[in-house]
Amino acid sequence: MAGSGTAHLRPEDDQVLLSVRNLVVEFATGRSEKVHAVSDVSLDVRRGETVGLVGESGCGKSTVAKAIMQLPRPTAGAVEYDGRDLTGLPKRELRATRRKLQMIFQDPISSLNPLRKVKDIVAEGLDIAGSLPKGERAAAVDEMLEVVGLDPAVAGERRPHEFSGGQCQRISIARAIVLDPDLVICDEPVSALDVSVQAQILNLLEDMKARYGLTLLFIAHDLAVVKNVSDRVIVMYLGKICEVASPDLLYAEPLHPYTEGLLAAIPEPDPHAELTDRTLAGDLPSPVDPPSGCRFRTRCPRASARCAEEEPVITERRPGHFVACHHPLDTPQA
Amino acid sequence: MTETVIDPADPGLPPVEPDAPALVVSDLRVWFDTARGLVRAVDGVDLRVDAGRTLGVVGESGSGKSVLSRAVMNILAPSAVVLPGSRIEIEGHDTATLTKQQARHLWGARIAMVFQDPMTSLTPVLTIGRQLTETLRHHTGVDKAAALARAEELLRWVGIPEPARRLGQYPHNLSGGMRQRVGIALALSCSPRLLIADEPTTALDVTVQHQILNLLGRLQSEEGMAMILITHDLGVVAGRTDDIAVMYAGRVVEQAPTTTLFGEMRHPYTRALVRSIPRIADPSHTRLRTIPGRPPTVIDPPPGCAFAARCPHARPRCLAETPRLDGHHPGNVTPGHRHACFFPVGTPQGEQAFADNLAEGRTAAGLPIDERSVL
Repeated sequence: MAGSGTAHLRPEDDQVLLSVRNLVVEFATGRSEKVHAVSDVSLDVRRGETVGLVGESGCGKSTVAKAIMQLPRPTAGAVEYDGRDLTGLPKRELRATRRKLQMIFQDPISSLNPLRKVKDIVAEGLDIAGSLPKGERAAAVDEMLEVVGLDPAVAGERRPHEFSGGQCQRISIARAIVLDPDLVICDEPVSALDVSVQAQILNLLEDMKARYGLTLLFIAHDLAVVKNVSDRVIVMYLGKICEVASPDLLYAEPLHPYTEGLLAAIPEPDPHAELTDRTLAGDLPSPVDPPSGCRFRTRCPRASARCAEEEPVITERRPGHFVACHHPLDTPQA
Repeated sequence: MTETVIDPADPGLPPVEPDAPALVVSDLRVWFDTARGLVRAVDGVDLRVDAGRTLGVVGESGSGKSVLSRAVMNILAPSAVVLPGSRIEIEGHDTATLTKQQARHLWGARIAMVFQDPMTSLTPVLTIGRQLTETLRHHTGVDKAAALARAEELLRWVGIPEPARRLGQYPHNLSGGMRQRVGIALALSCSPRLLIADEPTTALDVTVQHQILNLLGRLQSEEGMAMILITHDLGVVAGRTDDIAVMYAGRVVEQAPTTTLFGEMRHPYTRALVRSIPRIADPSHTRLRTIPGRPPTVIDPPPGCAFAARCPHARPRCLAETPRLDGHHPGNVTPGHRHACFFPVGTPQGEQAFADNLAEGRTAAGLPIDERSVL
């Protein structure tokens, strides 16, 4: 996987809201080395669609999210939102445009300021935007708290530590959506929560999406969660894209050996399910010095000499199913 | 700490009865004295783990599963009060009657623990080798060279490449999965008879989780030790345990052999937990079943079942009387299967309770329900 290419983009589709092309994010380390966090990633998201981005820790999925928000601006590549390239926008225009993009973070407790009251946390974006008079501001906050399932009369005056993790995530969702965004980037929004609370938050996100006509970019390492919410799934590995497809295609017939490995590792709540040893061995290689050719080859059961020399390019192997691999799973193993 | 070097063949403990269960917990109550009142974190738990068996303990945050494991490991916070009548027996020894000397080589050697976060359970300022040899030398009294050789062997055993080089490295040099392997090597260094793994994979990626769980399973069968696997994820324990205990609000609400629990679950809470897991087999955008409300904070609990407020089967009896785990409830047929519910899932009594609530539009606790509320 380690693929570059743009075959999976939908340039002719006029409903595309966000288009990321050839995104590169590199970080300098102290010793004149570079961390290649994201290397030539392209993706697009249609209006009203939920795109799921999955991969292990360190694959660059959160870096993609932050680069879309221009936090910080990417090293190279374009992030086109509603027809405007955010990477080239002057600061003032970027701030105004970015109101339409909001983020929800992984750790609901540390992403809320512990010193402030919940109603002020939710209102902060509105205050910065300066778009509402005081009375309407309070009404908007109360309405939003109500929508996410909190009692505004009680919750508004309290501080984050008085709430459980799931309730804090509801507050984060209220804070993001009160600004009436078009695109919400959810970065591991449920991975810190218990399964029962996770289900509540996932249902809430689906409700919010329907109610406010949101477009979502949903980042998670849990494939079952991603399948539940997504219309299209992108699998990433070490700063590159491996596979792109609709969830039903991807999960039924994965084409990339990495996707297959990820799927095999999911714990099934069924005592009769077979436990397999056929999962990925080893750890993610260092992004400071990624493997040549296909970046997945060091852990891939199908790797050949070609994989070390030539980087695979994303191609449409079946209608709507894209993969970057020299030896995809629908070919016999060499 | 003064070094008391112990003959590894005689750690000061009386001999183990060959048939003694690895762990017996009876009527364990651990309360915490807080500003808001006494929190009943563990409120009357009975458990038994036989030698070589694996018990899964499942529950949400706040259900008391970690306090239970810390009580067994004797590492409770100072504010914890273990109530009289609580009894913990490890390999047939009542832990309350052990001498200091015996206790020192029971916890950490005969019974060991793997923690959730391998970054905080290893000290960042000592090398891996130093941390491993410290335990070995303290408990088994071997010399430095022998301890280092054993440490290298342990790292190789838990699947760490280049073990000799790793001994000189610090925890921050390792990935999360590798750190958890070191945590496991540390716990297993003195060949414990019981291993408690408290959410050992919650901080890890799904691929690494799979590796670590496979590793624990392999080591357990090689060593023949008993294991308690604590988790909030029923998927993690489904294929890897002999028995499962489901905890809610400080109590075990259902306990059964693993296949029985999944096949004939009786407690509405167990069913709700299983149903809230998103399944790969379901099409995308499947509406997830949720549990209404949230777990209670157990301060001065009123009589009745702690789950009643969230339960679609709740009847007036559930609010007046606390169901006991070993009580005579409907549906208790499989040996080794116990549950604490008056109106269990899959029994005529349970179905009748739900039908009555449905007809009234709400449960006895006031929870509105309709046909979709089957949890």
